[in-house]
Amino acid sequence: MAERTVVVASSVGLHARPAKIFAQAAAASGAGVRIAKAGGQPVDASSILRVMALGVKHGEEVTLSADGDTAETVLDGLVELLAQDLDAVQDGAVRA
Amino acid sequence: MTAVPVLHGSGVGRGAVVGPVARAHPAPRIDPDAPAETDRPAAVAAVRDAFAAVASGLEARAEQAGGTIAEVLGATALMAQDPELVGQVATRIEGGQAAVLAVDRSIAEFADLFMAAGGYLAERVTDLRSVRDRVIARLQGLPEPGVPALARPSVVVADDLSPADTAALELDKVLGIVIEQGGPTGHTAIIAGQLGIPCVVRVIGASALTDGMEVAVDAATGTIVVDPDDALRATVAARRVALAHLAEATGPGATSDGHAVALLANIGTAEDAERLTGAAVEGVGLFRTEVLFLGRTVAPSEDEQATVYAQALRALEGRKVVIRTLDAGADKPLAFVTRAGEENPALGVRGYRLVRTAEDLLRTQLAAIGRAAKETGTTPWVMAPMVATAQEARQFAAIAHEAGVEKVGVMIEVPSAALRARDVLAEVDFVSLGTNDLAQYTMATDRLLGELVDLLDPWQPAVLDLVAVAAGAGVTAQKNVGVCGESASDPAMALLLTGLGVNSLSMSPAAVPAVRFALSRHTLDECRAIAGAARAATSAAAAHAAVLELMDPEVRQVLALG
Repeated sequence: MAERTVVVASSVGLHARPAKIFAQAAAASGAGVRIAKAGGQPVDASSILRVMALGVKHGEEVTLSADGDTAETVLDGLVELLAQDLDAVQDGAVRA
Repeated sequence: MTAVPVLHGSGVGRGAVVGPVARAHPAPRIDPDAPAETDRPAAVAAVRDAFAAVASGLEARAEQAGGTIAEVLGATALMAQDPELVGQVATRIEGGQAAVLAVDRSIAEFADLFMAAGGYLAERVTDLRSVRDRVIARLQGLPEPGVPALARPSVVVADDLSPADTAALELDKVLGIVIEQGGPTGHTAIIAGQLGIPCVVRVIGASALTDGMEVAVDAATGTIVVDPDDALRATVAARRVALAHLAEATGPGATSDGHAVALLANIGTAEDAERLTGAAVEGVGLFRTEVLFLGRTVAPSEDEQATVYAQALRALEGRKVVIRTLDAGADKPLAFVTRAGEENPALGVRGYRLVRTAEDLLRTQLAAIGRAAKETGTTPWVMAPMVATAQEARQFAAIAHEAGVEKVGVMIEVPSAALRARDVLAEVDFVSLGTNDLAQYTMATDRLLGELVDLLDPWQPAVLDLVAVAAGAGVTAQKNVGVCGESASDPAMALLLTGLGVNSLSMSPAAVPAVRFALSRHTLDECRAIAGAARAATSAAAAHAAVLELMDPEVRQVLALG
């Protein structure tokens, strides 16, 4: 299992739009990605509802984990996503 | 189908229109005792299909919508295909729960999580519930709840519209709005009034109107006629022409003998102010600043506020602008100031009274206004809502002056302030009457209760008495008394107010042409006679009738005043 810890850069935290972009990317990876707040229970990262319910605010740390051959690459990509202000970027730019 | 007679309600605005009905459907009802599914795998498959169909429907609307609404709809669409949510629903159905209850309970669990997190997440509960309502409606074979996507310009008919429903309306395709519930000062009515969309609320029997029926909606008379004949269609068309003609007059408001009555606009945002750039209004009589604060978990900073106020002041290009400080509480709760557990929020810590619990909020806002004034080289008028005493008025004036605000006033919407307007005016430069709240507090009637709308009537003699006291105090003190409630937009009431000594009227910009026209056809003395006749009446209906009796018949006819 691979793991990464990253500080969420989105100015509004991991809410509606950033949560949508992140959950879509996690789902598309097919790597069973999970996300947890420091000291919290990990939840399915492809579930926008679980991700939003974490209530992650700007500047808070989250830990991502994933399984399988692609786990390392998938997590690198997701970490990069969370490290930018997802509220400011265009949908298309992130999906590409 | 049986013929539908003429339906009656309370009209908002003066417009009239003919068009096809598009019904907005209510949320489906859920039977709490629904039995387990007999074919559980089939029920699970049906639920998965329903979630998928709702998601693709929302995505399609997101693509059409654009902007903020598109983002909200897009995120809501993803919620509807959430693997955990759909998985939980499936597990519940397999465990023996009815499909509708499985959907309801699973979504309720996530809603609880969101509510517990508070702030921004709590507001998203509305989106979750809209997913629930859509999925359950689909399972029950009912039409999609909420406002439909409009294929052609239509008259939207609903039991009621939530603020969210109203925000989702494709306004360029909304010819008119007909609502069975609600009241003339409710959210939808105010928005419709601002946009000049003919709107009739409290329409008894509106449920008989079905998709595709042709209806004539007349906001001036508050009537809806099904299948209008050619004569009525011609009348509506002629009214639209006459009203469009009135809209061409652009001069300042005045009686026929030249007594000036400033005609001002009510706005809620800096964008509203920018829309007034070329408009024939003499300024803004009410800038409701709470829009800036709604939907926030913390108050906007002084910098952010100053930017918005400066933007609005600049857009008005030196015309008069009256800014009202934050009017939160009661029906306009805010996450960071609303106090839980007030039994009677309309009578609680709201409006200016927030100074007792959150003084910084007011000081920050006033400092931002002071900065915007300096930056734009303008002198905005600034007033506080819900002031009850002369002492509060004095305190507000002192805080405002400290923040660099020069022209200070207060709203008169509490009967005590109206009765003692003379003392209040000794402390401030001007007052503005909020007739909706003044009627609510005078008549002890919740302004959101449709069934009490007769008591809330601004023509009620007791309400007119209080307006007269306040206006008279302004005349004596030689200070400005304005009216910024909905009643300022009624041309007949505008004449009465002018006769009482009110010297500015603020309303939705769409209402200005009719008021300008009515004023221009009466002298100040005629307005005084009108006011006298209204004051002598002993009921709201008699006061209204007495005014109509004295009005120029042509004005009554063109404006369809009855």
